[in-house]
Amino acid sequence: MNARHEMPEQDPETRRDNFDEVPLGYDEKTAMAEAARCLQCKNPVCVAACPVSVPIPQFIGHIKDGDFNAAARAVLSRNSLPAVCGRVCPQETQCEGACVLARKNCAVAIGALERFVADRLASGEGSAAPGIAPATGKKVAVIGSGPGSLTVAGDLIRRGHGVTVFEAFHQPGGVLVYGIPEFRLPEKVVESDLKMLTDMGVDIKCNVVVGKTLTIDQLLGQQGFDAVYIGAGAGLPLFLDIEGENLNGVYSANEYLTRSNLMKARLFPENATPVLRGRNVCVFGGGNVAMDALRTAIRMGAESATCVYRRGREEMPARQEEIRHAEEEGVKFLFLQAPARFIGDEKGRLCAVQLQEMRLGQPDQSGRRRPEPVPGAVTTLDCDMAVIAVGSGPNPVVGSATADLKVDSRGYIIADEHGRTSKEKVWAGGDIVTGAATVILAAGAGRKASDSMHEYLTSG
Amino acid sequence: MFQIISKAVMAQGSVVQNEIMAPLVAANAKPGQFLILRVDETGERIPLTISDSDPKAGTVTIVYQVVGRTTSQLAALEPGGGIRDVVGPLGQPTDIRNVGTVVCVGGGSAAAVLRPIIRGFKAAGNKVVSIVGARSQDLVILEEQIKSASDELHICTSDGSYGRSGFVTDVLREILEKDEGEIKEVVAIGPIPMMKACCDVTAEFKVKTLVSLNALMVDGTGMCGCCRVMVGGQVRFACVDGPEFDGHLVDFDALSARLSAYRAHELESKEHHDACQCEDQGAKA
Repeated sequence: MNARHEMPEQDPETRRDNFDEVPLGYDEKTAMAEAARCLQCKNPVCVAACPVSVPIPQFIGHIKDGDFNAAARAVLSRNSLPAVCGRVCPQETQCEGACVLARKNCAVAIGALERFVADRLASGEGSAAPGIAPATGKKVAVIGSGPGSLTVAGDLIRRGHGVTVFEAFHQPGGVLVYGIPEFRLPEKVVESDLKMLTDMGVDIKCNVVVGKTLTIDQLLGQQGFDAVYIGAGAGLPLFLDIEGENLNGVYSANEYLTRSNLMKARLFPENATPVLRGRNVCVFGGGNVAMDALRTAIRMGAESATCVYRRGREEMPARQEEIRHAEEEGVKFLFLQAPARFIGDEKGRLCAVQLQEMRLGQPDQSGRRRPEPVPGAVTTLDCDMAVIAVGSGPNPVVGSATADLKVDSRGYIIADEHGRTSKEKVWAGGDIVTGAATVILAAGAGRKASDSMHEYLTSG
Repeated sequence: MFQIISKAVMAQGSVVQNEIMAPLVAANAKPGQFLILRVDETGERIPLTISDSDPKAGTVTIVYQVVGRTTSQLAALEPGGGIRDVVGPLGQPTDIRNVGTVVCVGGGSAAAVLRPIIRGFKAAGNKVVSIVGARSQDLVILEEQIKSASDELHICTSDGSYGRSGFVTDVLREILEKDEGEIKEVVAIGPIPMMKACCDVTAEFKVKTLVSLNALMVDGTGMCGCCRVMVGGQVRFACVDGPEFDGHLVDFDALSARLSAYRAHELESKEHHDACQCEDQGAKA
């Protein structure tokens, strides 16, 4: 079998100093050559492994034939966010992980092909406007504008329902714009997927915090919506609960990334929002968000950016590609170390962190071996900026403002497998239900909910 | 765009009041809540406590001291002009109940955010004694409105140019000393040293005291944790758990330290803005 066509990338030395996207995409010739590698399986295991069931062999077949518009239509039939998903889905554990060729370690580059199709549309070279069903006269309110919410919006607008998306920030996209950095997911890519939705008639209202500006009962009452989808995300940063955590220079990943991405603090002082430019930066955590924070710090001029993770390299939840990119850009890794306390100077600014060495014990609920402190093994590391990227919890605003919406003991909204909540006419999905996960899992939850909402809206 | 309906300049130009058309914010705003605004496309998101709201007219009122880049930009806007983004109401409303007598203390421009709280306590059937402090007479703002909303108003100035000479804490102490158990609650809003000093006084008299914390914020919805404050040894988020907290439990020094995080950036940002303004004017001339 021919080797997989890897996407060209920006050189690590160059990209350390810019926020431009790292992988550069396929040209038509490479895309067609890669598409020709697809075996067109009769029973496509890749589709079964995709949370939104993109018809993968079909769209790849169209690319092989050079019919890129048909390829785009096939992707868009099941995925409202192809430019986003082509970039940030963990394909290696989903479609590409299931690909028959993966056994020979050369799975078809499905993500790169999806990205190719979407980018070609965004550049105006093709068109694939999906058909929209006749208007049903029903109105749906979607809370939040991240990947799950946008999937619901796309699914329901195509089925003829009116859709209004409410976003708390001044710009739509949720985690796609506040969290994932420009070098991994450029803002204009998110804008192109959003534009397809607004072109279809989705109305996006920013600066509305549902639970504060409007309540769910107001949406269903005076605002006249027939159903509501809550895709508010995992908007509550977890801290470590250790000494010195409130020192200046200690950020949650949400804050650091929101300042540098959404608020464009990297362009300070042209843009008014500041962010600290740490010289020696420590990021705690081993997931994709930690990699994003580290790589952002490098681009903001850090002399050293160190990933401190309490387990080992094998246990890191980040994608291999993100770890590789971070390493190429000069990120250092300290494994089996956990922060014990932050140390400040006389002005209340972070200047060092004390680390506790860990070892792996018995497996915990996640199946990974639980880290335990090694008695007495404590060291101190100089750092003037720290980012805590150990996950997030459910944002409490919507839940606490809606009396008859049941949440669990940790504050996650309780919903069944169709996304139905305890409150009539209200569905929920994504991180606010299941806890922090990926873009595509949120989209998958949105798909299940939109099917259920459509059934509800069209029955009786 | 959120249109500016009116503008009033007070305290020798150091404080500005704007009425802004924001019907959704006005409809749900309650005393003690705040909004977040962003002046323009490159602007910072800053929180400002809502000083008044008119659900019928669809307007909210903000009152701010002109100190940095964002407030300078805001102050330069005239009625008819617009603010790029306004979101709210955010935070928990003031816990207003009928308790008896409430003393409301405001320092400097914070007297403006005391206004809806005074009205709220009054409407709930309380007797409200207000104390407003400023450095000098020309910095006293909204005297008539606060006077008409309160049962009693005490004004004091640090330089003695108007009302009582001295600090709000002097008046607060006198009132508490004379009190025969009527005063059940104190609300103190203003600069951190003032709120801290008020809390020290009320702690002596064991009177519950609410303060409103002006922590730095980004989203204002609990998403980033920038506004974390220590209250009773616990981390709380001023944006969703506050902005008002039991003043006797607040670590004011920690709050002061966190507020200084971007002091150098704030100066640089203001200088950058002023330089751009000069260039603009040069280009026009």
